[in-house]
Order: sequence, then C-alpha cells, then structure tokens
Amino acid sequence: MAAYRVTPALQRVLHVFKHASFRSRCCVVTSNVQYSTVYDSSEKTFDKILIANRGEIACRVMKTCKKMGIKTVAVHSDVDSSAVHVKMADEAVCVGPAPTGKSYLNMDAIMEAIRHSGAQAVHPGYGFLSENKEFAKRLAAEGVTFIGPDTHAIQAMGDKIESKLIAKQAKVNTIPGFDGVVKDADEAVRIAGEIGYPVMIKASAGGGGKGMRIAWNDEETREGFRFSSQEAASSFGDDRLLIEKFIDNPRHIEIQVLADKHGNALWLNERECSIQRRNQKVVEEAPSTFLDPETRRAMGEQAVALAKAVKYSSAGTVEFLVDSQKNFYFLEMNTRLQVEHPITECITGLDLVQQMIRIAKGYPLQNRQEDIPINGWAIESRVYAEDPYKSFGLPSIGRLSQYQEPSDLSGVRVDSGIQEGSDISIYYDPMISKLVSYGSTRTEALQRMEEALDSYVIRGVTHNIPLLREIIVHPRFISGDISTKFLPEVYPEGFKGHQLSDSERAELLATAASLFVATQLRSQRFLGNLRVSSAQQERRRWELSVELEKGIHAVMVSRSGSTYTVDLDGKSVDVSSEWNLASALLPVTVNGAQRTVQCLSRNAGGEISLQYLGTVYKVRVLSKLAATLSKHMPEKVPEDTSSILRSPMPGSVVAVSVKPGDTVAEGQEICVIEAMKMQNSMTAAKTAKVKSVHCKTGETVGEGDLLVELE
Amino acid sequence: MAAITVAKSSGRLLCRLRSTYKCLVPSKSGAAVALARPNLQQHARWYSVSHLTVEERIDQKRRAALVGGGQKRIDAQHKRGKLTARERIELLLDPDSFVEYDMFVEHRCSDFGMEADHNKFPGDSVVTGQGRINGRLVYVFSQDFTVFGGSLSGAHAQKVCKIMDQAMLVGAPVIGLNDSGGARIQEGVESLAGYADIFLRNVLASGVVPQISLIMGPCAGGAVYSPALTDFTFMVKDTSYLFITGPDVVKSVTNEDVTQEELGGAKTHTAVSGVAHRAFENDIDALLNLREFFNFLPLSNKDPAPVTECHDPSDRLVPGLDTVVPFESTKAYDMLDIIQGIADEREFFEIMPNYAKNIVVGFARMNGRTVGIVGNQPKVASGCLDINSSVKGARFVRFCDAFNIPLITFVDVPGFLPGTAQEYGGIIRHGAKLLFAFAEATVPKITIITRKAYGGAYDVMSSKHLRGDVNYAWPSAEVAVMGAKGAVQIIFRGKSNQAEAEAEYVEKFANPFPAAVRGFVDDIIQPSTTRKRICRDLEVLASKKQMNPWKKHANIPL
Repeated sequence: MAAYRVTPALQRVLHVFKHASFRSRCCVVTSNVQYSTVYDSSEKTFDKILIANRGEIACRVMKTCKKMGIKTVAVHSDVDSSAVHVKMADEAVCVGPAPTGKSYLNMDAIMEAIRHSGAQAVHPGYGFLSENKEFAKRLAAEGVTFIGPDTHAIQAMGDKIESKLIAKQAKVNTIPGFDGVVKDADEAVRIAGEIGYPVMIKASAGGGGKGMRIAWNDEETREGFRFSSQEAASSFGDDRLLIEKFIDNPRHIEIQVLADKHGNALWLNERECSIQRRNQKVVEEAPSTFLDPETRRAMGEQAVALAKAVKYSSAGTVEFLVDSQKNFYFLEMNTRLQVEHPITECITGLDLVQQMIRIAKGYPLQNRQEDIPINGWAIESRVYAEDPYKSFGLPSIGRLSQYQEPSDLSGVRVDSGIQEGSDISIYYDPMISKLVSYGSTRTEALQRMEEALDSYVIRGVTHNIPLLREIIVHPRFISGDISTKFLPEVYPEGFKGHQLSDSERAELLATAASLFVATQLRSQRFLGNLRVSSAQQERRRWELSVELEKGIHAVMVSRSGSTYTVDLDGKSVDVSSEWNLASALLPVTVNGAQRTVQCLSRNAGGEISLQYLGTVYKVRVLSKLAATLSKHMPEKVPEDTSSILRSPMPGSVVAVSVKPGDTVAEGQEICVIEAMKMQNSMTAAKTAKVKSVHCKTGETVGEGDLLVELE
Repeated sequence: MAAITVAKSSGRLLCRLRSTYKCLVPSKSGAAVALARPNLQQHARWYSVSHLTVEERIDQKRRAALVGGGQKRIDAQHKRGKLTARERIELLLDPDSFVEYDMFVEHRCSDFGMEADHNKFPGDSVVTGQGRINGRLVYVFSQDFTVFGGSLSGAHAQKVCKIMDQAMLVGAPVIGLNDSGGARIQEGVESLAGYADIFLRNVLASGVVPQISLIMGPCAGGAVYSPALTDFTFMVKDTSYLFITGPDVVKSVTNEDVTQEELGGAKTHTAVSGVAHRAFENDIDALLNLREFFNFLPLSNKDPAPVTECHDPSDRLVPGLDTVVPFESTKAYDMLDIIQGIADEREFFEIMPNYAKNIVVGFARMNGRTVGIVGNQPKVASGCLDINSSVKGARFVRFCDAFNIPLITFVDVPGFLPGTAQEYGGIIRHGAKLLFAFAEATVPKITIITRKAYGGAYDVMSSKHLRGDVNYAWPSAEVAVMGAKGAVQIIFRGKSNQAEAEAEYVEKFANPFPAAVRGFVDDIIQPSTTRKRICRDLEVLASKKQMNPWKKHANIPL
C-alpha cells in the first residue's frame, strides 16, 4: 500500500497523525482502498455538502465527506428514490422526474434543495452540471461554494474552440484544425477539405464521446455533421460543432492536475485511456507503459502551465493525444473530477475528492511536485450494462437480480452506486461500476483484475465483463502495444467472446460434466424418514455427452469424494470443488489450477450456462442414452430475421425514415434509436419493400421490439 | 380412426419382423429378459409352437414385446420426432430401475381377423410397470404408438388399471405417457369399458397419490378425460395433441377450418384453454423436466412434502427485495423477481406459465422443503383476479393441500376484474373456487402482502380470516376496501376538494397499519428478511395439525 513507503508525503502524513483522531488513522492504515483520506481535524471545513449527482460518483464523494465529518445531501429523481446514493446520504431531496433534464439538470430544483438543506457547498461529480458555468454562477450568487474551478475557467476550458486558443497561448501543443463554429454541412465539407481528411467533427460543448464523429470523405462529413449536431443538442443543449484534423492511431493519455486558489498547481502523473469504443473509455491504467520520465514531465508541465493560464483551482484533467513518436497534442481540459480518477489515487495515495474540498474551502495544496509518487500500478475496468457482442457495447437495461462485488479481494476497489435489486434504466448512464485493481507491479495489478472480473457476480442485465476480461489478457494489451484503435484492430469482425484453446475447452467440458454429475447426485438426496425407502444408486461412473458450440464430446466421469475425474478425447481432467450449488461463484480446481467459474443457469434439459474466462458458454450435458436418442428429435426452425428489424437495445425512436410500401436498399437507414444519449442508425439487412412499420417517432422501444417488417 | 389402418399394415409388418427378430438387440430396459441363445432360430417354422420349449417361447415373447410394433413402425415413430414407449421409460426412470408388468398380456379380440397371430403383440399397446426417479418409487404406463397406433384395448386398459391399483396400495405416484390414436375400434364397447375403468381409478386416486400425464402424441376422444382427471397434464410441443374431436369432425359439424395444432396443440392448451399445465420442447426435454418436477412431489397424501439437501442458507437476506416494489403504486413489477429471490437457489417450477398470467403458481423449495407458491402478478392486468386466474389458483392450492405441501402466497391484488365478460362468464362462481380452496386448506399457510390487498380479493388471497398461519405485510402494503381514488369518490361524494380527501385516505389506509393494529397481519417485515422469516416459520409449522369438520366431501362451487 502506498502509505507504507516512507516518502516526504508520508512524513507529512505522519505529522498529521499526531493531531488526527484515532478513527481517521484507522482509515489510513487498514483501508482496503488505495487512497488515504488524511485530514487534519483542526482544519475547519464545510458542515454540509450537497452532491448534485447520482450513482457511483455521488457515493464516492459521500465516502470522503463522511471521513471528513461533513454531512451530505443527496439529490435524486423520483425513480432514484431508493438508490444507494440516497440511502447513503444524511439527507435526500427529490428534484424531479426521471428524465435528466427534469431532475439532475434541473437547476431551479437543485438550487431549491440547496436552500432547503442549508448546504454550504456543492460537489457536482462528473457529467450533469459539473461543467456548467451557469450553475457555478448561480451558486456563487447565493454564496454557496462550488467544489470545482471558478466560472471563468469552466467557461474557458468548457468551450473547445476557446480552450484551444488559450492552450496555444500557453505554449501547449495543439492539433491543427478550424478554430471556429461550423455553420452547416456545406461549410463542414469545405473546412474538412482545407484541413485534409480524416477529420473529426465534435460538439463544441461536448465530452465523453457524445456528439463526436470521424469522417473520411465529404459524404461522411455531411452525415457526421447531422448526427453530431442532433446528439450535441440532446446531450448538451448546444448544437455548435467544430472540426479538426483527426490523428490516426493515437494514444489517449491524460494528465491529472490539482491546483489551489493560491496559484499553486501540481501534476499527478498520467492516465493511459487508449482502450476506447466509440470514443468512450473502457479500460484505463496509471501509469502508462508508453511514457518515459521526460515525456511525462513535459506533458505534466504543459498541463500545469495551462491550468495556471486559466487560474485553475480544484482537480482537473488535461487530455492529450500522443502519437507513436511521443508527440503529444492538447485535446481538451476537463474541469471536473474524471470517472477514472481512482487509478491516480491508487498510485499517488491522494484522495482527490478530499483535495477538491480543501481547495474549495480555500486551503493551499499540502504537497509539492516532488512529493508526488508513482507507487505501483493501477488498472480500471469500466463495468457497463451493455452487450459487448454488439459494436463493443450497446446499452442494456434491467434489474440486477443478483449482484456481488469482488471487493473482498486484496488490491481491489469497486466504486459503484448500485446494489442487488437496483434497476439499470434507459434514463441514465449504463455504468454498473468502476472496478479498480492495484498492485506493486503491472503484472500483479493485471492478475488481480483477472481474478476480480471472474469473481464479479452480475445477473439480470447483460454486461461487458467478457470484453474487459479479454482486453486485459490480450498479448497486445499486456505488452502495452495499444492505441485508441485497439478494439477495432484486435476485433475487426466485432467482439466474439473468448476463443477457447484446446486445453481450455477440455477444462470447460470437464467442469460442466462434473457440475452436471454433482447436480444429479444431489437431486437423489432426500432428507428425513421416508415411508417408502429410496433406492439410492451407488454409481461411480457416468457416461455423458457434452455439447459445446456444435461440437459433441463423449465424456466419462468417475467420482471419488468431491473430485471428479473426467475422461474426454483421450485426456483425463481432474475437477474438484465443494460443489455448493447455491452459490453464484463456483471455485473449482481443474488439474491443480484454481479457477472461478460462474454457473448462470442450469435446467432439467441439461443446458448449463457457464461463465468461464469471462465469456458465457452454453453447454448441454446429457446422459449417453439421452444424447443417442436426441438425433430423433425434430429440429426447430428459427425465425427468418432478415425481413425483420428489431431494436437491438432499449431506447427511444428519434426518427423513422420509411413508410409502408417504400423500397429500401440494403444498408439504407430505416430509423434512428436513441439510447443513453447515443443515436444509432438502424439499417435494412436486404433490399426490399417495407411491409409494415411498427414504431413511431418519440416512442420508447424495448430490446427486441419489432420496428419494421420488410417483404 | 387411425387404429384400423394401423392394424392392417402392422400385420404384414409383423411377419417380416418375426423372420428377422434375431437381429434385433434387446433394449436395456428389459431388465428381466433372459438373453437368447445365439442363432436360436434359423428356420421359418417358429410359429409351430410344438417345436419350442417353454423357455424358448418365453424368450421369444419377451423379445417380441421389446420391439412393440416392429422396427418399421419404430422408425416411423422416430421420423415423427417421437421416441418409442420403452425409450421414454428408459429416459424417465433411473437406469436399470424399471420393473415391467404384464409383458405377456395380449388383446382378446377375435373380430375382424384380430385373432390372427400376426395381429397379436405381447404386451399389447402399452408398457407398464414401476421404477424409480432419483431413487423414489413411481408407477408408470407408456402407450406404444407402434402397436395399433397405441389404441386402447380391453387388455391395454387392464394393464393400466393394474399398476394404478398397485400404486394406490403402496402409495406412490402414477405417471402416464400418452401416445394413443384412441379406442381400439375393433373391440367396441370393451374399449369404452376400459376407458371408464381407468377414469374411475383416476378419480379414486385423486388426492391419494399424485397423478401426472405427459401427452407425447395424439390423445383424442374419450381418451382425453384420463389426463384431464390427473393432477398435472404436460405436453410436448409440435408433436402432441389433445382434443375431443379432430379437425375433420370439427369441419363437418361446425364448418370451422382448423389445424390439429390450432385445435389441440401444446400452444392452445397451455395458453388458451388451460387444459395443459406446461409444454416442453421435445420428448427428451419433457422427460428430463418430468424427472425434475417429480422431485417436488410427495409420494402420496400420507407423506410430508419432500425435503432435499439444500445448499442455500435459510437465513440468507435478499437485499434486492427492498427495492423491488416501485415507488408509485400504479407501476408494475415482476412477481417472479420476488419468488426467485426467496426460493432456494432461485429455482421455481412454474405451473401454467402462459395461462392466466395475472396469477403465478408453481413449486419451489424453502430450505430444501417443497412449497407451493401463489402470487398475483402485477405485470399482467395489474395482478387482478379474473375467472381464469381464480380457477388456475384454486386447482393449484387444492393440489398442495391434498399433498401436504405448504402454501406461500404473495399478495398484490387490486381486486376482481370488473365487466360484463367476467360477470356473464360467472366470475362470482369461479372466484368462489379460489376462496373455497384457500379456506379449506389445512396445510401451513404463509401470506405476504407486498403491496395492494384490496376488497374481496384481500379476503380471498389466503388472508388471516381464512386461517392463514402467518400473515406478513411489507412496508409498502396497502390493505383497504379499494384504491384511494375510488374510495374518495364514494366517501366524499360531491365534496370539492377531492385531492385533499385523497391524501387523507392515503394517509389513513394506503399503508399496512390498519391491518396490523387489528392483528390481521402478524408483523410488518423488512422485505429483505422475507426468506429468513418464511424458512423459520415453516420449521415451526411443520407439526401443524388441523382438521376440517367431517363430511363426505365438500361442495366446491364447480
């Protein structure tokens, strides 16, 4: 743990200990999370803070507040009334109905909540009102502290056009592009031509990949302009767009900065955030395998220079694109706490939320640049409720029927704002949690991440653990050979789940067969006195047939105690376990190696769904007799899907481009579905006449709902 | 009827078969079969019995019985996607546990050339016997479609009756695997008498031993009443049919054009008519599911609900239940979330999942012990009670009561469904069935009111007043005569400030207190503790003894 290494920072910490209460000292020494909330109880702070956010970040902020002895006020929409962040807060105020525009973005209601609760400061988290200068202004007008930078810094950095100009002036490397607002699609095409393709069209007010499109030709520029402006309007209420040169194959590396109101600023090293899909981060790590100390320092110094140029105070992030020659270009500055801040906390040992609160209260920074360490390695996986098999992740919704975080593993931190029974709805971000692993080396951190992903129980919604688990074990990722193109390059055909090697396949088949036998044996065990005695069979051997991915394997299982020896395809595999059939996690030892497998479902028909190495495999185990007879069973004809367009995810219909009787060409847009603020164009799978349209603009559709039928 | 053509062709078939029978490998299930000496019969004079010893004849008959109507018919059966009678028994029962009865029984018909040797099949058109499912005793008959289309002869009926009688004597369930073209027309009234003999035994066995029918082929005419009288009727999708009269007769009588599938297929009976309790994908899936289902049932009414080894802690908290009921009382949620949440290993064997979906019924285990679960389903028609859901619920409750299976009832019911369709259909009479069933049940009864318990439907759903043993309310419970809006319109008719009145009503009645202060619920519990509570209560109630007044039988409003 960071705190054990004696650094100058730690000496300071130890000094603080003398004055701190016993309770806060406990936090530092025994806490499993890798940051230390060390505060000086004599340092006066706010009495009450309102957190103008929901989900994991609201919970994250409250955790620090609690440690600092600050009372917390949660705001929530009506559907969130029993959410974790509401339960965790000392007070909670409902600020409106589910849509974010009416609740979490509803400034009037939030201002009212502040007045009503008497909160002295507001932590905005990320997203929502975190970079809204209007909100910051209104708070200032009422004498409430905004835990974040000053209005002018938000304004300067929040506008991508202005921020670029300021960056240039502060001698920060910038990307060539058009420093102005693009009026229409024609102008976009003209400017793109001037800069040279490829270009990136993005929302001036944006962030998080929303309202962002890459265009390689004029046609794509027009389309991109249309989509981006719509998305920008719906996400940020501001449809201004800008265009810049698109740097091919870059890395996305960002520098965390921390600045106070006294002109001091620090850089807290980098975060490597190159693993992205659709410009949204998936896996992040700190430090980066790519940066050498010189580049790191150069980037850090430019970041600090920019922060100072806008008189920045609070935590902020300066994002850079880094090309293969380690040239780096300023992308944007995020004037808020980032989603991925925990990995910086892990390697520096600082509590960023605590620092933000201190800074907002007006205290100077406690650390000097040379005090900032890189201790160990931290990796963050963003666990999302989404289907990774569809474009690396299309949102999915549902109720978490079972949910168990792997937070008891050592070196693992889980930041989440949900619990078993929570709903992942269409209204909000589909993030389930941030799973962070920490180790003294990158290898150790990766190993812990693997273990944590295998032990993470999520049922009721589709999630992206299969993809996360594949990324962190991919040779290119392990060697650090990554870029923002990683996913499309590694999975050009789209993500298809883990591909089993022969030995892994044998392991999986043996585990499934053993589980089947364990289940069969248990179903014979009746307790109590039976009037008609039970004819127990003392079987030692089972001849089974295991079907996996259309391959059928003859398997022989023999048992001694809780160990099953499985003979298949000329090999022998030993599987032992406690065979607790009620537990969501099934720890097994296969040929001496420990594995955590999850059994998602099993039914009387022998179908078993096993999550193995992150991916869920459907296995069918039958007795040899049943397998032999199953050749007589009629094949069920699946529905022809090429004539039917179904919604791949829940969302709302924003446009329907066809009507019955129209002829559509293959690939032609039929309608647009918006989900979690992303617009997705649904296209025709074949050239055909439209038979019927089952959706209307403005309608809400569920996953699998019929949209359009073709002839 | 099909049986005639079957009879004609099977005669020819049989000749060929018997000349080649020595090539046929006996099936494993014939445990009692003494294996033949190799190359026993090379000559064609096998039918001249005088040349054979008794042992040889026994052996011969057994071999003939094992192949039923012969390989060609077996192949035809397989081609239809169906297994043979013996293959089905082998899959259903534990390996080598089947003990067959009446392998030598043959039909006794002498009309229409039926007395000819080639029209005699040892065992006739049904395989009967007893065996084990996961070690537990069961009696089984499996109709053999390869012999005269599985048609029911006097001998067939006699075989079935024999095992039913014995099942009653020892107290063990009866499973029927139905695959029959109907009556053996050649036998006339003898066949009809056979049906009646079976019906009578179905009725006498009802409530004594569990009876399960699995329809695995056609089941038409009078034959349908045997499954109808049993406790559970399951079907195989696409290959099984149940109807009184087939599509041809329907066309000639009512001029309706209808396919077999539409008229009496698995979909029709599990979703529209409510005749069948569940349907499975194919023969294998059905039989494997039946094995699993069997584990929930006691062997007879003399046995307690079975208890199996359980790995799920009985005191497990279910945090998800604290948030399952939505904030707004008009919003739906899925009752299955609650049921799966509390059940051992989230396992719930739902009965009639596609029929009258506004009520959910089925079996689960609590700390290893089988329980019957009844729950209103707010997701469908707000979970109201109507004709179909009342009948569905009532029949399930009575089964559980008959076989000592404790009942757990989850209540979220806005009342009985209003309207002319319901009134004309007799909702009063049918609703009374569910009331009757809950009231007369003497098994342990635990009730949890999750949200609405309005009006008469509150009384019906295993309320304290109907001898509920333990009645809980969740904090979200509202026990009242009706919802706030309707109530306010009556109580404050003509008053101007309806909104205020509504608020007052909600404050007074839309919560568990009015019921709790009167002792109509025993406690208001944190939803996440529900499983723990139920397991503990069942432990206590295991020794519950309650008798209804003596009567010949009650008169449930049918």
